[in-house]
Amino acid sequence: MKTSILGVLVTQFAMLSLMAFGGANAVVPEIHRQAVEVHHWMTDKDFAALFAIAQAAPGPNFLVATLVGWKAAGLAGALAATAAMCAPSCLLTFWLVKAWDRYRETAWRNAIAAGVAPVTVGLIGSSALLLVRAADHGWKLGVITAATAGVAYFTRYNPLWCLAVAGGLGALGLVG
Amino acid sequence: MTDTPAPPDPDRATPDRVAPGPAGLFLAFLGIAISGFGGVLPFARRMLVERRGWLSADEFNETLSLCQSLPGPNIVNLSIATGQRFAGARGSVAAVSGLVLAPMIIVIILGALYGRFGGVERLQGAVTGLGAAAAGLVVATAAKMAEPLLRRRPLSAGPFILLAFGGVGLMHWPLPWVLLALAPISVAIVWRLRAKAAT
Repeated sequence: MKTSILGVLVTQFAMLSLMAFGGANAVVPEIHRQAVEVHHWMTDKDFAALFAIAQAAPGPNFLVATLVGWKAAGLAGALAATAAMCAPSCLLTFWLVKAWDRYRETAWRNAIAAGVAPVTVGLIGSSALLLVRAADHGWKLGVITAATAGVAYFTRYNPLWCLAVAGGLGALGLVG
Repeated sequence: MTDTPAPPDPDRATPDRVAPGPAGLFLAFLGIAISGFGGVLPFARRMLVERRGWLSADEFNETLSLCQSLPGPNIVNLSIATGQRFAGARGSVAAVSGLVLAPMIIVIILGALYGRFGGVERLQGAVTGLGAAAAGLVVATAAKMAEPLLRRRPLSAGPFILLAFGGVGLMHWPLPWVLLALAPISVAIVWRLRAKAAT
């Protein structure tokens, strides 16, 4: 049973690793679909909580994969999901960087980057929609989301301040 | 954040830079990882360009743009590229380990604590508030990425933003299929437009 969960985690995250153009946020909808809708490893609310923890913790934000793996299959799941999320894209990058000078400024490389970009934006927009739906129960939480989005879009303050304020308000029981 | 010449920095050994070894790469990316709250890239620039002086601002931008056009978390790709440049495969392994190991242990501990004490009202409230703010950050990221695309080429980029959003965000179709269906067409259109512009 557990071995098969690990197998699913590794194949899913390894595939998503190679699809995460523009970073891990682009594949959050698929992680959510697999974890909540297909495999029922967690509820929508759990997913929002794990995503929040990964965002608030130091380090790269793809670590939501680590937490999904942990929730699905414990420590082994966490390690397997993290490794699977990193390894394929790392190998690809390693190999391509060695060839970087040869391909630099080639027309096809630029066309691929420019062509994938709008699709990536649509995917990150999908992540935003699903996270808003999972996180915002009630108008107070909606205000926090909107305020954070506004601060992050229009100012250059470190977004950690928004997370700290939101977490503080939540701990005081002011957002429910 | 601009490319003005940096003030003299006592930490910087010599203008002709010494290539870091695996241990130095590991420590530098460990430092980047644990100071990078809410987004690691600004800290990566500060460490690699300003503090250690391993990369010039231009080299950093160039490496970053390559890393952003490849799949995978950008900062992880950046660690691979930087490690490879200075110390080959061992450098890449050292850099990515420095970047990922400590944060991974931290989130596992946080996740375990949440699993154990998630029922506590205050903690649950804090995580609920955090979740709302974290969602807002992703909204802002999407808007920031959409804005220049829509300004520069609304007709060729707009429909693909909407289709990807509609397919994955609204219809909940599997992301791999949506990506594989849309990306090649979008790339082909960009290619055609550029070929036309060039003639």
